[in-house]
Parts: sequence; structure tokens; C-alpha cells
Amino acid sequence: MTQSNRLNQGGRIDRSRRLSFTFNGQQYVGFAGDTLASALLANGVDVVNRSFKYSRPRGIAAAGPEEPNAIVQLGASEAAQVPNVRATQQALYDGLVARGTNGWPSVQRDVMSWVGKLGGSFMPPGFYYKTFMAPASMWMTYEKFIRKGAGLGRAPTEADPDIYDHLNQHCDVLVIGAGPAGLAAALSAARAGARVILCDEQEEMGGSLLDSRESIDGAPASAWAEQVVAELAGLANVTLLPRTTANGYHDHNFVTLHERRTEHLADTAAGAGREGEVRARLHRVRAGRVVLASGSHERPLVYANNDVPGNLVAGAISVYIRRYGVVPGQRLVISTNNDHAYRAALDWQEAGREVVAVVDSRAKPDGDLVEQARDAGIRVITGSAVMEATGSQRVSGAKVVAIDTERFVVTGKVETLECDTIASSGGYSPVVHLASHTGKRPQWRDDLLGFVPGEVKGMHFAGGVHGVYALGETLTDGADVGAEAARAAGFEEAAAMAVPEVEVRHESPTSALYQIPHEKPPLRAPKQFVDLQNDVTAAAVELATREGFESIEHVKRYTALGFGTDQGKLGNINGMAIAARCLNRSIPEVGTTVFRPNYTPVSFGAIVGRHCRDLFDPERYTALHQWHVEHGAEFEDVGQWKRPWYFPRRVNGKRETMHEAVARECLAVRRGVGILDASTLGKIDIQGPDAREFLGRVYTNKWAKLAPGRVRYGLMCKDDGMLMDDGTTSCLAENHFLMTTTTGGAAGVLEWLELWHQTEWPELQVYFNSVTDHWATMTVTGPDARKLMSEVTDIDLDREQFKFMDWKEGKVAGVPARVFRISFTGELAFEINVQANYAMHVWKALFAHGEKYDLTPYGTETMHVLRAEKGLIIVGQDTDGSVTPEDLGMHWAVGYDKPFSWIGQRALTRPDTAREDRKQLVGLKPKDPKVVLEEGAQIVLDPEQKIPMTMMGHVTSSYYSPVLESGFALAVLKGGRNRMGETVYLPMSDGTVHQAEVVSTVFIDPKGERQNV
Amino acid sequence: MFHIFCPYCQEYREEEEFHPSGQAHLVRPADPASVSDEEWGDYLFFRDNPRGIHHEMWVHRLGCRKFFNITRDTATYEILETYRMGEQPSITAANAEVRREQGVQTADGGWQTVGAQPENSRLNEETPS
Repeated sequence: MTQSNRLNQGGRIDRSRRLSFTFNGQQYVGFAGDTLASALLANGVDVVNRSFKYSRPRGIAAAGPEEPNAIVQLGASEAAQVPNVRATQQALYDGLVARGTNGWPSVQRDVMSWVGKLGGSFMPPGFYYKTFMAPASMWMTYEKFIRKGAGLGRAPTEADPDIYDHLNQHCDVLVIGAGPAGLAAALSAARAGARVILCDEQEEMGGSLLDSRESIDGAPASAWAEQVVAELAGLANVTLLPRTTANGYHDHNFVTLHERRTEHLADTAAGAGREGEVRARLHRVRAGRVVLASGSHERPLVYANNDVPGNLVAGAISVYIRRYGVVPGQRLVISTNNDHAYRAALDWQEAGREVVAVVDSRAKPDGDLVEQARDAGIRVITGSAVMEATGSQRVSGAKVVAIDTERFVVTGKVETLECDTIASSGGYSPVVHLASHTGKRPQWRDDLLGFVPGEVKGMHFAGGVHGVYALGETLTDGADVGAEAARAAGFEEAAAMAVPEVEVRHESPTSALYQIPHEKPPLRAPKQFVDLQNDVTAAAVELATREGFESIEHVKRYTALGFGTDQGKLGNINGMAIAARCLNRSIPEVGTTVFRPNYTPVSFGAIVGRHCRDLFDPERYTALHQWHVEHGAEFEDVGQWKRPWYFPRRVNGKRETMHEAVARECLAVRRGVGILDASTLGKIDIQGPDAREFLGRVYTNKWAKLAPGRVRYGLMCKDDGMLMDDGTTSCLAENHFLMTTTTGGAAGVLEWLELWHQTEWPELQVYFNSVTDHWATMTVTGPDARKLMSEVTDIDLDREQFKFMDWKEGKVAGVPARVFRISFTGELAFEINVQANYAMHVWKALFAHGEKYDLTPYGTETMHVLRAEKGLIIVGQDTDGSVTPEDLGMHWAVGYDKPFSWIGQRALTRPDTAREDRKQLVGLKPKDPKVVLEEGAQIVLDPEQKIPMTMMGHVTSSYYSPVLESGFALAVLKGGRNRMGETVYLPMSDGTVHQAEVVSTVFIDPKGERQNV
Repeated sequence: MFHIFCPYCQEYREEEEFHPSGQAHLVRPADPASVSDEEWGDYLFFRDNPRGIHHEMWVHRLGCRKFFNITRDTATYEILETYRMGEQPSITAANAEVRREQGVQTADGGWQTVGAQPENSRLNEETPS
């Protein structure tokens, strides 16, 4: 393949560096400096995609982020697949592989074209809803093929080999866009000393200066851009971010910038020879001031068959010629309502190709560019427009006709001009996207025929984004606004840079023109596309208004106008103008359009950054973690903690199942001695003269008389009377307590205590500190616990001296320790707390002495079985935020006669919390001992009742007990405590029904003697 | 993402360090036993949901761990002021327009004032240790 459309000279490409690439399976060659789009045009590739809905062939229509057609799937390997890349924004690199995302199985022969032909030439809005609705069950099947046919791109099926990251940034002035306004603004602000970040989405900074015909200070405009970029690059207070799109503007001047660091070099960082480097980066910028200098996008005109390859926006012609040395055709017709489009005619003619005519809708255009075109011998047809393009795979001609824009009719005879390219220009739309991301509505300006940004606090606008288009004015505006932003950021001396000299051009005013009338009525004319990416036609917009959709927001949703990945950058204003015409209203009357982040698609990699794989969520390990790993523990996630779940052994060469391991661990605790790493329990150190009073207010039970050396179990409610956490609190000294919380509740409880102290009772002198990580906790429990403990501690373990719910200070394995006689198993238990860094030593000493007692490590699963056998609850498992202490049968832990109305007390007498038939905690014993009820299973009284059955409660905890040799469960059951001995039923999803007897929650040792041996 | 001036740290910090904690200036009845069920229910469950000026309690969870109040416009997400526990807002729905016209921004280019009127000084007194 030769580059038939490549000029021999000109452009900002390096003709000495040839890059080969593959598009839709075909090999091509381009040059360094090309985009994929410019390289395709250079090679004369007309059809790059099939359209979304009608499956029509589509070519490249623009040169920037507004491109609606050339959406490609990028990547040579499966792992490197990237969907939804705009060919106009992808730098060409050697070995690039891409294919059009639309048009499965190929863009030339499209299996979906039958859909476009269905129902004749017209497929109305809502077509998919209306056609593929029935039967509803088939939608998933239809959708699969529709999506594939429509080609919305696809995610890779292999893991991304690259790394991405985030960078938090701060600056005084963030300038978005490095065109004339942005460069001038950045320079003004930087020279004043402000810390400036300047970002631009393109490969090269300079924006419109890079394809401008104008000169600055007598030199080409691009030379001025290069000079300013060089100066900025040399300033220490300036960060330049090329290939970086400001994608989202968020509250309080927080802006997300998507920087592509290696994507212009290869499809992976390794492929670019930059293995291990970051492929894309998300900058999270908190800016003092933001200068939005995002410029404008040229609007195409809406005429019949305006989607046939060879139809482009006029400005893109100049970009391809002047930046890439590519003329995308032989014979050009231009259709315009403004002077700027004449640039394309002049550029085209200077490139040595034929300009057939410039068709201008205005009666008497007389601007400098118009005169220049006339002087160059270009035919100018006034008061007319291109009504229709002819051709299918490529434009073959333009039907030109005189029009009356007021009455929206054609007024003359149609003349057909032979051509292969039609460039249209309907004026410019400021790129207001970021200014509307926080909800500020853009404002319509009749003089500009476009929306400009509404006022946004902390944001300044420079250049085209607020309708300043002439080069000289843009530079002045940028310079002023840059200085203004710097001053607002505190650099009071900031002054505008001296603006270089630019020749002032005379311009004739732009006329308001969006859709070109056709000789046939709108609904019968060939398709006039408004939104090329989503295949929305002028007729569809008109039909929507006839069907009663009057607000543009509704029209958009009905027709899908602007809902493509291009967010309707080209089509939105035209669509609004058409809706306005049909409704006989003005454009601002049909509504404004608000954009949402992101401005262009952002890869998931950049969004995720380093928060993936092992770093997805922090993991917390106890001081004994390594021992658990070495001893083969299976782990369970509890909050962010990794807790040993069970410790499977090898028995007769086979690894125990969880069931076997848990049964063995349970029996070891009930018959000998076991040990649990309980370090993850939340621990809060509470000190102060009012600590005791405070405890009395946040716990339901009494704390006034708890003596130093004693421990008490406490329940904590919210003010609605519902249980939120439980745990033991020990009195370390008169004004000093140690509170334990559930593992998952630790942070929440600390904040809860602070909340009440800071907002309700600041007069109480009390201080809270989390000491969870400072102390490691080891629970030694079982009938042999005392024997084992006596070998390692100097504490007097006599049962009269060291009673249940006492704690003592002493040495364990030679290390200072606090030992608590607390039991969560129902057996004799000692909870040893030592400084975390001593924990491994103590743990190993216990095992050295414990070998003769067969000291058995157990995990959370065994802990759950043991505590459930004793009817001890786990907050969050047996409770769910709707359970009161009374529901749990814990009347004994509620101090109704305490002097201060503690948190939750008042709510317990509300009628609903005092009801007799509330769900209450009970035990369930399955009639068949082999059955282990499902946790969450619903309880009914009558299994024969028709669905919906009356549900009486549900199972909260259920296990197999090796001691009972039976399944057993805890459950909440309406009026449960009055149903002891009754039989209840648990229907399962497979149709079986289990029977269970309602019993006490305590299954083992109801008198609690075992923990007191 | 909000940029929040912590009235205790006296610095702007990112929202990630903070945590919202519901409506500000809720008054827990001093003697819960003496209020009706309905009054207690109102205190427990009923909250304002205004469009516009709202006073909210936030906590500097990953900072100084202090609770404080924010006056925020729920329509624009603008934070108009932050103030300490026990202080009253200087901007309210009743006077918001006036205050805006007077220009309530601080001079440092930021958005929030820390002007507030102490009502209950004991809340800010450091307790002796």
C-alpha cells in the first residue's frame, strides 16, 4: 500500500521514520508523528467502521476527541486490548494493531446490515425497545448479538500486564488546554511565580496554533507555540503534562487528569521498552484556581447522507493537511455558514488538489478569508448549501441548492457537483464540558450561536471556551485571565504577559444554520445524521418531538442523542436546534445540556491505579500471623484482619476437612486445652476521673461498683435501643478501664465514644485511645488450662484467689502480662494480654509447655461453635440492628434503675420495642441430629400453609456440635421464649422441610459450672 | 471531592480524611424519661433534608478525631463555613443571601469561613488532664 494521500512535504511528521501498523487485518505504513486517523487517511482508507444502529459504512469525520466514527479496539495481544479508542487521538507507533469496534464480523460485509434495512428505510427511535421486547425472556439473547453487532468494544479476557498509579497534586493555577489561550494564561501565571500545571490532551502542545495559517510576530503561529512551551518547560514552578486529558472537574476545584505515559509508544509499557514503568496515571489535582482553556469544537451541518465516508468537518481538513501532510481526497466541496471554513479551501488548494466550490449559506459573505478564496479562483456559491451527499462507500457528489433559512425550505434548482469530499462547518461549540461537571448549566449566547460556561466558583475561562475566537483576542484574553487567576491565588503582583502582534482579520458574521432543508419533507428525505456515533437522525429528533418529548433531556433519552462515548460532542447542539425548530422555540427554551465526567473514556487501569491485586484492600495481621501460616492455618477475613479459621492436620496422610478439623479442635477445648489468637478484638484504653460515669452512660448495665481487678461484660446500644456492640471492660484502676469490642466494630465504637463525649457530655473528663495493636491476646481455655498456665506464670491461679471475671497482672513466660479470667467457650479460660512484640515468644513458650497436654490451636470456626453451644451471641451475626438486649434475653445486663438515662434506655419503653411478640433469641434443635440448619433459613409454624407463608423468624447461627453429636442452632423467633418445646418448620429451597424443637440458647453446661472449675 | 477546613486543625484537608455524621445541632432531650414517645421518635428518626443551606456534623476521622459542624449548600455542594462543636453557624438559611452579598469567603482564596458565634463555651474548654 502506498500513502496515496500523503503530501511530499509539510506537516509536523517525521518522514524518515516509517511505522508499520495493522488495521482491520490489513498492513499499512505511516510516519512518526501521525495519529492512527491521519495514517489511515494517508493510506486512502475510507471505511473505518459500521454504524451503531443502521450499519452504514463510516469514515473519519473529525481530527480530535469529538470524532464519532473512528472508534477502534486497540491491542496486538489479548491482554493489551483497549476498547473505545478514538483513532484521531491515538498516536501511531510501530506494530500498532487496531480494528473498528463496530461491524462484526467485518466492516466491509456486515451481518447487521439487515437490521438497518428492516422496516424499509426508516428505523424509528425506540426501535430496539419496540422490536426486541417480546418475549422478555429472549432479551438477553437478542442483546448479546445486538451488542456484538453494534460493537461497543470489548474488555480483554486476560489480565492487564501493566501498572497504573495515582498522583495527588496541588497547584496554584491549573491550566486546561495548551492552545493559544492556555499557553498565554500559563505563561502569565508562571511568570508571577504561581505553581502552574498545564495539561493538554494532544501529543503536542499548541492546539489550534499547530494548524493555523496565521502568523504571530511575523513568524508561523506554531513557532510561537514552540517558543512558549520551551520557556514553560524551563521554569521550576511549572509542570507540563502533555497527553493528559482533564477528564473530570469535581467539587472545590478538584480535577482528575488522565495522563497517558506509554500509550503513544506501544500497547504495553514493556512493548515500549519501558518495562515496569507506569502506563497511565491519574493526577488528582487540588487547584487553587482553574483556567479552562479548552477551546471549541466545530459543528458539522446536518444534511442528507452526511455520514457517507468523505464527509468531514471543515477544520479537520486543515488539521490533516497542515499537521500531518495528508489531503484526505481529490475534489472538495465545502458547505459553510461562516468564514473560518474558507481556511480549509485555501489549504486544500495549496496542497495541489481541486476545490470544486465553497457553498456559503450567507447572501453576501465578504470577510478577508472569503476574498482570499475568491482571489485564488475558488468558486463561491452564496445563499446555498449542500443539501445531500451522493455515494455509498465514499462521497461521489454534492447536491447543492439555494435555501431560505428563515422558512426552512429550498428555493432553487438542485445542482450536483462532482466531488469525493464534502467539508461542512456550522460554526463552533465551546468545549464547556468541565465547567458543567459540577452541575452549572451553560448559557446560550445568540451572538456566538453557542453555549458558554455558567459561572463556576474558582474557575476562569480563557479563549474559545467562552467565545473569544480571533487569534489576537485569544492571546490577550489568555494572558489577562492567567494573571487574574494568579492574583486570585494570592500572587497579587501578577501581570498579563506582553501579547505578541497578530494581524486583525475582517470577518463577516456567522449565520444561524444547523440543519439544511431538503427538497423532500424531513421524514422522507435520505437520512440526515445528527449524532453519528449513536445513529440519531434529524427525522428521529423530529419524530420524538411529535411523540410528545418536549424537553431536550427527554428527547435525548428517547433517541439516544449524545449517549455515545463521544457524549455528542459534534451532535448535541444540532439536535437541540432541530428540536427547537420543530417545537417552534428558541434553543435555550428547549433546555441546556449538562455534561458529566468523564470528558473522554478513561481506562479502568488508570481509575484503579495501585488499588488492585494485593493492594486492593489493606490486610491486617496479628503478631502471631507467621506461626499460623507455618502451621497450615486456613484464614478467614474478619474486617481487614486475616484470622486463622481452622488448623487442618494431616491424619493418616490425608489433610483434614474443615468439619474434621473443627470437631477435633472443639473436643480438645472441651476435654483438654486449646488456644486461640484473639488479638484482633478491639481494645480501647479509657482514662479519666469521669471514665466510670461515662461507661455507665454508654453501656446498658451498671459500672458504678466495678472494682479494680474486676471485669464485666457490657452491652452497647444505639439511642434507638438496638444492640450495636458488646464486649468486656476491665477496671485497671479507679480511673482507668480497658474496653474490648468486636473485631469488626473497633473503629466504629471508638468514634461512637468520641461522638457522645464531644457532642453531648464534654464536661466529663475522659479520654479514649485505641490500643488494639499494642496488645496481643491469647486465650488458653479448657479443663487443663490452669495446669498449663501454672507452668508459665507467677500469678496465683488459685480459683478462690483468681476468680471468674477477675484480671491480674504478672509475668507469663517471663514477660509482663495482664491475664483475664474471661470465657467465650464456657470452659475455664485465661486471656493473656502481652505487648504485641512479645507475643510470639509467649505463644511458643505455651506450646513448649503445652505439648504434654496436647495444646491445640483453634480458629474462628471452632470459636463460633463453642460460643454458640453456650448461647453466647456474636453481634452482627445473631443481631442485625433490630435486636434489643431484651430480645436476646439479656434482661440481667440492663440497668433500668441507673440514675442517668443511658444510651438506648428511653427507646426500650417505646411500644414497638416493648412488644411481647418481638423476635427473640432461642435455640433450635433439629429433630434429625444429622441436620445442620442453613443460616438464614426462615422459620414457619405451618409447613402446609400456601405461599406466601407466615414467616416467624430465621436461623442466625448453626453448626454441628461434636459434643452433642448433633446439629444445633441459634435463631430469632417471634415470641420465641414462650414457645419452648414447640416444633417449628424450616422449608428449604429444594422442597424439603426440616423440623426443629425450640430450646434454650444454652446447649452445654446450663449452670455455667465448667468455666468456674 | 470536598476540601474541608478543619476548625480544630486550622487547615484545609481532603474529604478522604473526614466522615459525615448527620445533621448538626440535634438536641437530645435532657430528661428522656419525661418526653412522649412521639417526641422521642422525632429526636431519633426525623431529620431535615433541605435544598440549600444545611448544617451538618462531620468528624475529622483520620486527623484530629474531632467532631465539628459544616454549613453546606446541598444544591451547589459549596461549604460556606465550618465551626466548632458548641458554636452556632454565622450563615443560616434565613441570612444566607445577605451573608453571600457581604462576601463570606476568607481572604486566602479559599471557600470557607471559620467565623462562628460561641454559644456554649464549655464545649471548647480543654479539660485539665
